[in-house]
Amino acid sequence: MGHPYIPNTREIREQMLREIGAANIDELFADIPPQIRLKRKLKLPPAMSELEVKRHVQAILAKNTPFTQMLSFLGGGVWPHHVPAHIRSLVQRSEFLTSYTPYQPEASQGMLQALFEYQSMIAELVGLEVANSSMYDWSTALGEAALMCARVTRRQKFIVPELIAKDRLSVLRNYASGPGLEVVEVGYDHRTGQLDLKQLRAELGGDVAGVYIENPSYLGFLETQGDEIAAAAHKTGALFVVGVNPISLGLFKGPGEYGADIVVGEGQPLGNPVSFGGPSLGIFACRDESKLLRQLPGRLIGATTTLDGKARGYCMVLQTREQHIRRERATSSICTNAALCAVSAAIYLASLGPRGLRDLAELCASNASYAMKKLNTIKGLRAPIFDAPHFNEFTLNCDDTHVSIQKLNAGLLKRGIQGGKPLRAEFPELGKTALLCTTELHSRDDIDRLASALKELLGGKG
Amino acid sequence: MSYQQARWAEPLIFELSKPGRVGWTLPEKPRERINVPKELLREKLELPELSEPEVVRHYTRLSQMNYSVDSGFYPLGSCTMKYNPKVCEELAALEAASYIHPHQAEETVQGALELIYRLERCLAEIAGVARVSLQPSAGAHGEFVAMLVTRAYHKSKRDDKRNQVIVPDSAHGTNPASAAMAGYEVVTVPSNARGRVDLNALKATVSERTAALMLTNPNTLGLFEDQIIDIAGVVHDAGGLLFYDGANLNGILGKTRPGDMGFDIVHFNLHKTFATPHGGGGPGAGPVGVQRELEKFLPVPLVEYDKKKGRYYFDYDRPHSIGKIKGFYGNFGVLVKAYAYLLLMGGEGLSEVTEAAVLNANYIMRKLLGVEGYELKFDASGPCKHEVVFSAEPLKRMTGIGAHFVAKRLLDFGTHAPTYYFPPIVPEALMIEPTESESKEELDRFVDALRTIFEEARSDPDKVYSAPTATAIGRLDEVKASRQPILSWRAYRELAKE
Amino acid sequence: MKKLGLIVNPIAGMGGRVGLKGTDGADTVAKALELGAEPVSPARAVETLQGLKRVGVEFELITYPAEMGATEASEAGLKARVIGHITSGKTTAGDTKRAAGEMLGQGVDLILIAGGDGTMSDVIEAIGTQVPILGIPTGVKMHSATFANTPQTAGEVAARFLREGLPLLEAEVMDINEEAYRENRLVAKLKGYARVPYEPVMMQATKEGSTGYELADQKAIARWVVELMERGHIYALGPGTTTRAVAEELGIYDSTLLGVDLIENYKLLARDTNEQQILEVIGKKPMTITVSPIGRQGFILGRGNQQLSPVIIKRVGKGNVWVLATPHKLRATPTLKVDTDDAELDREFRGYIRVITGYRQTCMVKVV
Repeated sequence: MGHPYIPNTREIREQMLREIGAANIDELFADIPPQIRLKRKLKLPPAMSELEVKRHVQAILAKNTPFTQMLSFLGGGVWPHHVPAHIRSLVQRSEFLTSYTPYQPEASQGMLQALFEYQSMIAELVGLEVANSSMYDWSTALGEAALMCARVTRRQKFIVPELIAKDRLSVLRNYASGPGLEVVEVGYDHRTGQLDLKQLRAELGGDVAGVYIENPSYLGFLETQGDEIAAAAHKTGALFVVGVNPISLGLFKGPGEYGADIVVGEGQPLGNPVSFGGPSLGIFACRDESKLLRQLPGRLIGATTTLDGKARGYCMVLQTREQHIRRERATSSICTNAALCAVSAAIYLASLGPRGLRDLAELCASNASYAMKKLNTIKGLRAPIFDAPHFNEFTLNCDDTHVSIQKLNAGLLKRGIQGGKPLRAEFPELGKTALLCTTELHSRDDIDRLASALKELLGGKG
Repeated sequence: MSYQQARWAEPLIFELSKPGRVGWTLPEKPRERINVPKELLREKLELPELSEPEVVRHYTRLSQMNYSVDSGFYPLGSCTMKYNPKVCEELAALEAASYIHPHQAEETVQGALELIYRLERCLAEIAGVARVSLQPSAGAHGEFVAMLVTRAYHKSKRDDKRNQVIVPDSAHGTNPASAAMAGYEVVTVPSNARGRVDLNALKATVSERTAALMLTNPNTLGLFEDQIIDIAGVVHDAGGLLFYDGANLNGILGKTRPGDMGFDIVHFNLHKTFATPHGGGGPGAGPVGVQRELEKFLPVPLVEYDKKKGRYYFDYDRPHSIGKIKGFYGNFGVLVKAYAYLLLMGGEGLSEVTEAAVLNANYIMRKLLGVEGYELKFDASGPCKHEVVFSAEPLKRMTGIGAHFVAKRLLDFGTHAPTYYFPPIVPEALMIEPTESESKEELDRFVDALRTIFEEARSDPDKVYSAPTATAIGRLDEVKASRQPILSWRAYRELAKE
Repeated sequence: MKKLGLIVNPIAGMGGRVGLKGTDGADTVAKALELGAEPVSPARAVETLQGLKRVGVEFELITYPAEMGATEASEAGLKARVIGHITSGKTTAGDTKRAAGEMLGQGVDLILIAGGDGTMSDVIEAIGTQVPILGIPTGVKMHSATFANTPQTAGEVAARFLREGLPLLEAEVMDINEEAYRENRLVAKLKGYARVPYEPVMMQATKEGSTGYELADQKAIARWVVELMERGHIYALGPGTTTRAVAEELGIYDSTLLGVDLIENYKLLARDTNEQQILEVIGKKPMTITVSPIGRQGFILGRGNQQLSPVIIKRVGKGNVWVLATPHKLRATPTLKVDTDDAELDREFRGYIRVITGYRQTCMVKVV
């Protein structure tokens, strides 16, 4: 019997072998030296029918507790939002799903136009003129941004805030290691979390390629000194790079408005499920200046016309940049990226519109505000630890209690609640602190429930 | 079979916008005051305003103007455009797969950890390696990771001089780019008259500066590097590592394994060999496998199984690891699909996949050799593997029409064009990879189409020059697009004003 | 409307059919005619023009009278504006030079030249690099890098150049010592450079490597070479446009294209040096020589090179000879050649040599 994914049955294959004058299929592999031929079968689970595979995989996945079945306050680089149903039905259309990079633009206008629209919307959101059609994720986009700064300025140093996610920093260091870029961390004001401008200015010699901040910060607060940081960087010829959660930009100014030359970020919350952290969507945008545009990595879709000039169309626009990028240290090799996730993001932004995105951002921030207010009323807890405006994530500290974050989280888990991410491993100086996130998925009741549970746990009732 | 792609003069979504429209609703109104200084708030945001049906109609129409594997034959060489089983989509969309957060307590995501672990075991077996990191998001990403592992390895041996990576002149462009990204000098080694790596040239190339050789086998010409054992010997003797670009794995599944050939680092493209959908350019996954000696350098974390406690866990205790190369653990959604595919096929199924794919490519090769206008530049005596590279040079000589125009005219036959002008060592190259998903009838149709194009080139060349006409849009001015880039709606609108 | 010039050297290529090497000099032409030689280049020129016509590009064709272009144009069915005067049947190098000069005066965008190395030499003597040219291969001696591969390709490249423009690269025009050639010794001298349109290798999106753009690739090579330069070390930049790119990367804009310039500590030490001067310097400081493949055959070391003699190369050592070539150049000459007077030196260089092809990029190339 044939295989459902292989149309040529054994009979047909035998016929084909005859037609090409081969005695058997082994003849086509005769050039593989005998010493390296696999003389046994591959040790893999036996083939299963679709029905059996479904059961098998569902059984494995059933050992997961989706956060929809508990109350989760996790964020930290990937955030749970409601994904409108029509997004899935659109990106699951196999014309999008099973296509590849649009090398033949005439037959791929769908993907090209969708990505052009994505680029346009991201550009609007971040306040810059040019966005590429996606990178792998935020951390790799940051890595590529550092490389781009090095290429543009021909300098070797890149400044980041101390309060950056350590995972993101690790990825950045790996990217920087290629051309030997030095990554330097600048401290923060312990009361407000804001970047230490004095230390920044001290680091800004003529050898800094770029200065990077995250806004909102990894720890949820807003960096209010964007203008000053931009000015300081530009004064010494360095570029200013900002990392964002795009949902926040429904409410807040795009970094382009306060001087960013490059913006990177995580586009997952725009219409893509959390999915255990991947697939993700790296946002990458820059100012429309030829020295920057020439070095922008990743794919770019441009608008054009047919040869006769009569119809509008879209195609990949690459060559001029490839020339420049390849002449330098710190090149980029990105090919396959996150195109389909970008299309989801475009559909999401088009569906929410400016008002919808603002309402959503307001609700997320409002929930966080409410949560901080409520948790602060609990003895021993402090939320947030930084005296600054916050978006939808905040720090929760329990130094003044007798329990650790881990113990609290364990107790919360017993009550069907997933607490915030413990931060001690990343920032030991912050003591017993966790990072919590609220989105539109949380209701006031949810937050009240968290508060009661914590109160209970701290009151000694395990 | 006649073909006509849908044609909509579909405006940009911004042009369909009308103030006040909305395609989404929010659960409740915000109630708590947010304390944010006014100067941080944005004043306006220009995003389109549409209702849900308008959004749906717009993107539905766009999808109709997009060719895909599910539409028809898609013989893009080295991309392995095979059928993507739909049950894999269903499984990845389950709540238990897509609504889990990477920072959840490990006991709440044992299913995810188990799946990653099992997938790793399967890939390790298929490639003949010890451990696999599933973290990289794409092929080029995996290559970059492999280069970082290579550097970490040589550094651990205090071998500082090794700053060169060798690639064959037929290599995928991402190979030298990834090596350069990791800070290596790239040395290109020529292919011989048989289209394989020139062993003598390689011997002249390796030195104490060699960090690694990046190779794919079968190579981009679809030919098996039959001297691979010698090649491995030469590189290893010089102290270098051997990296396997897994783009062409579909040509050898179950027949031989990169690990057994002598490769130290093996990368996979899950969106190629393992049937996860290409998504118009991603997301994919590019896992990297290594032999035991290199295991310690892999990115953190790896998934381990604690037999005593009977649970899976993330192992971060890896002091020699290169660290992280992506946020979180990899494209989990893609991993679910690949795992399901492996279960659907099983070991024997994968061997059958390779046999059917290789037979399809050889079938096209033999049939196309009988068509005027197309020839093989290398080695027509032996078999090819899963892909074959033809040269349209005879066609160009006879009619002035080369690979570029052939590709465009093929679109009118309801086929996606093969990769063309690659690899650069073949003039007027047409790189054809049929995969096992195509029927004999489809292959015959393809060969007939190429024959027809040859005849048209001779007798009615305008038909070829004016192609494509059956696609949603005709030939685009790509030169103009690059010369004056218009990269956003805003830029387009401003240009229109002038 | 674009203007296309056409110069046909009717006697180029005649010698080959009858076993002569080249048709320079009236004696050789007479001999060829005696042996029953017939003109070859006119037919090739017609082929090119037919190809142009087929592509359907609009242009004004400007050419010289009778067998120097007008006849060929007419045979190809193209209207042409005929300028200049010749004595039909007795065309000379002087006619070629005048034709080139007059076409320059007419403001042509490109001149197609049907001829061999000699014809090329004549053209650049008259107009240098002021007008882009493209060679239709017809002559026996085609060592210059200014020729298209086939008459048909010449037509195609010309058409693309006229229709949408193409990048230009500088290509070597070679002059072969006739006497030596007839004695089976190839003594090729670099006569000069012409500007020639070329098609960057078509790439399919980012799956691909080289930019295909000559100037960018040359700059990439130059950047790396400069990075590799050490203080207190002398660098002898041999003839060629890629080595000139190295000088320009250092901010030196008056280096010689055909001669050997010396660089020390990132500054120009000496211009257009001869063998003696170079030998003097080698005695005092370590030296690295950069060479580029010259001409269609891809000579990196040849007999025609007066300055970089075998003595110098041997003193410097193979390890200190850096070969620079863009991927485009290597595609045109996939194997390189050495042919000095010194058999031992030739042997040493034959085999594989590392060629710098880009920024931190090299290629192993066979040398024969």
